[in-house]
Amino acid sequence: MSRRVTLNLGFQGNTRDVTIDIPNDEPTPWQWGERLAVVGKPTPRVDGPLKATGAAHYTYDIELPGMLYGAILRSPWPHARIRDLDLSGAQNLAGVRAVLALDDREIRFAGQEVAAVAAISSDIAADALKLIKVDYETQPFVIDMDDAAKDSAPRVFGGGSNVGRTSSSSIGDVLKGLEVAASTIEATYTTAVQTHVCLETHGAVASFNAAGDQLTVWCSTQGVFSVRDDLAVYFSLPPDNVRVICEYLGGGFGSKFGATPEIMAAARLARAAGVPVKVMLPRGDESRSTGNRPNSEQKVKLGVDRDGKLTAIDLVQRGSGGIGGGAGSAGPFKSVYRCANIRTQETNIYTNAGPSSPMRAPGWPQGCFALELAMDEMARKAGIDRLEFRRRNSDNPVRAAEYEIGARAFGWAEKNEPAKSGGPIKRGVGVASAEWHAVGVSGPEAQAIAHRDGTVEVRVGTQDIGTGTRTVLAIVAAEELGLPVNRVKSEIGDTRFLFSVPSGGSLSAPSNSPAVRQAAAHLKDKLFRIAAPILGAEPGDLEAADEKIRVRTNPSRAISFNDVCKRIPGDSISAQGERVPNYGGFRDDQAGCQFAEVEVDTETGIVRVTHVVAVHDAGRIVDPLTARSQVNGGILMGIGFALFENRRMDPALGIMVNPTMDDYKLLGALDVPQIDVTFFEVANGITNTGVMGLGEVAHVASTAAVACAVYDALGVPVRSIPMTPDRVLAALGHA
Amino acid sequence: MNRDDRTPKSPRKPHAISRRSFIKGAGAVAAAAGLVRVGPAQAEEKTLPPGVVEKLGPEAATIELNINGKLAKLEIEPRVTLLRALREHLGLTGTKLVCDRGACGACTVHLDGKPVTSCMVLAIDARGHDVTTIEGLGTPTNMHPVQEAFVEADAQQCGFCTPGMVMSVAAALERNPAATVEQIKHATAGNTCRCGTYPHVFAAALKAAGHASGNA
Repeated sequence: MSRRVTLNLGFQGNTRDVTIDIPNDEPTPWQWGERLAVVGKPTPRVDGPLKATGAAHYTYDIELPGMLYGAILRSPWPHARIRDLDLSGAQNLAGVRAVLALDDREIRFAGQEVAAVAAISSDIAADALKLIKVDYETQPFVIDMDDAAKDSAPRVFGGGSNVGRTSSSSIGDVLKGLEVAASTIEATYTTAVQTHVCLETHGAVASFNAAGDQLTVWCSTQGVFSVRDDLAVYFSLPPDNVRVICEYLGGGFGSKFGATPEIMAAARLARAAGVPVKVMLPRGDESRSTGNRPNSEQKVKLGVDRDGKLTAIDLVQRGSGGIGGGAGSAGPFKSVYRCANIRTQETNIYTNAGPSSPMRAPGWPQGCFALELAMDEMARKAGIDRLEFRRRNSDNPVRAAEYEIGARAFGWAEKNEPAKSGGPIKRGVGVASAEWHAVGVSGPEAQAIAHRDGTVEVRVGTQDIGTGTRTVLAIVAAEELGLPVNRVKSEIGDTRFLFSVPSGGSLSAPSNSPAVRQAAAHLKDKLFRIAAPILGAEPGDLEAADEKIRVRTNPSRAISFNDVCKRIPGDSISAQGERVPNYGGFRDDQAGCQFAEVEVDTETGIVRVTHVVAVHDAGRIVDPLTARSQVNGGILMGIGFALFENRRMDPALGIMVNPTMDDYKLLGALDVPQIDVTFFEVANGITNTGVMGLGEVAHVASTAAVACAVYDALGVPVRSIPMTPDRVLAALGHA
Repeated sequence: MNRDDRTPKSPRKPHAISRRSFIKGAGAVAAAAGLVRVGPAQAEEKTLPPGVVEKLGPEAATIELNINGKLAKLEIEPRVTLLRALREHLGLTGTKLVCDRGACGACTVHLDGKPVTSCMVLAIDARGHDVTTIEGLGTPTNMHPVQEAFVEADAQQCGFCTPGMVMSVAAALERNPAATVEQIKHATAGNTCRCGTYPHVFAAALKAAGHASGNA
């Protein structure tokens, strides 16, 4: 039951007709040059007034009658075995209602969960933790990645080696590529562990019904359905008996998927106490235990021929996510630039430190930093302009166009001059390429509802991690129904709604918007059937626009949307839509590039970023206003990674020494450069909306662009981030 | 930057905070048992004779706070911060706890018109002062101009830093309605936004300040 449609797809100056098969009930994908009423217009986020007035309710703000406050006891030791756990002191404290020993008796990092309590106040819960006696048998531990890789190192996981299996990829013959190169470079780049620092810490409020077979959990999560499924398995409940709600969450960045230990603790305490329990982590626990971006050591070799074409890209990489994995960074090496000979090797090293978790474009900011700085070192050695070097080695037509737009907006030709000031402040510029594949997935379903009073709701079991999901979905539904955005209400963040996927991997907009558009189209069909007899037309001859339903060939024959809704026989009328698999379309990748300008004080070593120009494509941009917020955020998080952020561990004690927000250095208002964002629209035809995600692609190149600019300013590369003053001075030979 | 640098020129003089002083030699037993302190401005002036000190805690005591123009009676232990009193005792959850040590600004409220981090102020020290929270500044249907500007300029993403950010900007514009972007940057230097919304915060502040262009 499909139909064949021919779509005009592509981008400015480069469009072509593409024929695809789509399901019969699927709205025709928006094409290049499609005239849309509200999609693409800057729209303030629909929940903005609630957030700006403190009225938005986060998990942290949920208070239920009779609710207890939970707290978690954590191991101070990085490696130990729990010989004995005496909970009686806590159990006997007045005001304590439940005390639990958590499952694992093997401690592998300082900060691992040991026990949990629930009490009538958070102060009493904290007091109770101090009364729990734990007999730890401490064991040798290892924090440093190099130490951990030695044969003699203490084993993080029992008998197994700390060195994971190397993940390799190879195309062509990289050794030959290096051999035939006219010029080569070889260098080692390192990046530090970065923590997510979600402003709302991880946590949950859990409540069982009296029978103990219905569980409701409010939690700060990027995936309500993933939490539901984990809890249903743990408590042996049918998934329908578990309801997970997340109306608002204060940041996730990849660290909030599934029923994490604090969510489990809240639910288990609630079951033990028989009343609702709230567990929100203190800041230090958040920093130590809820995830991080692994560090990396990247040994890079590049080769180039006489025409400035890459002949070899070689990466040998190691990284540690503590007791977690996923430390690889080879992604950019494999796909950003074209080269016949590419080899990558990634090895995960386990250490006695808090577990890694996905963080905004996992692996890519690290990899892009090393690859792009190496590209600049290669270009300098080969005597090629850095932007020209990238042009020659990228075959992506979207990126080629974006390089030109960015270079013009930035003034690359004027700023990329070797003449530098004679004083201690050196200026430099850099450019780096982005890439991502935020095409989304099938799976989500949406419901669209029209009420007799003329209001419209769309409901999807997705969640808004701050990207503006509610707003994007309301805009898409409003477009389809010919309504202003403020007449559509987006309801999300509840497993009572139809299924959706977690909000990570830049999935939300591209996965949910097509489901919502289809649901709205199906709802529109039902409203057309009500309107048709009134207008004396066939449903198929009608269109919805300007808050009216009208005859397409004679728009003066019209009835207002409100009047149609008044004829809804019951209270409301609703329709469903599903996210069908991607069609193929024009392109399913994203390019993008960023230019950065820095000032480096060669006497103090302090780096200031003064200007960033970002050019990004994400298919069709639904809301340029909220999209710009995301790009600003990606850039600023990248600058923080380049200059400030570094989780520091004490190698002798095995503990994190900067778990607080004054000791862990984040970018602040005074570090913000001028940022200019240009969106490069691509009609890709891969779904009915052609929308792609933006959160990650906007972050991939930011750190690299700054590092390249610092190299330009100094004439020597700083190959380790964060580029703190000591490292800058060391690179200058002033250490 | 130091928060003291942004002390506003408030028409009302903040007094009890700057006068806060523990009586020396009050006795180890009393000090260990709770807080021995000079009474707050009003109580001191009205009820306590010179040299007589007020003893509070460790058990809960009944205090009165002036929150958003209304007097609120609370029964709290002296160790409870103003932030937790607002959130846990008064249901005013718009003010957020993030760092719990005055480093991030998410809990910013106005004390006699001056922005303070409410996680660093004991509730008992707020007696006798006018406390304004994000809820007191405006509501979703009746927003303060700064809140309106935050919505229009999209100066928020996840929204968790937003109440504190709004309070810092509102205080800055209160003391200088024609604030420049540099002054706004300094006013928000103590507010952390992990989503990186700063450029739109600056744009919103300039918009609220009546500057024609909101571009920062």
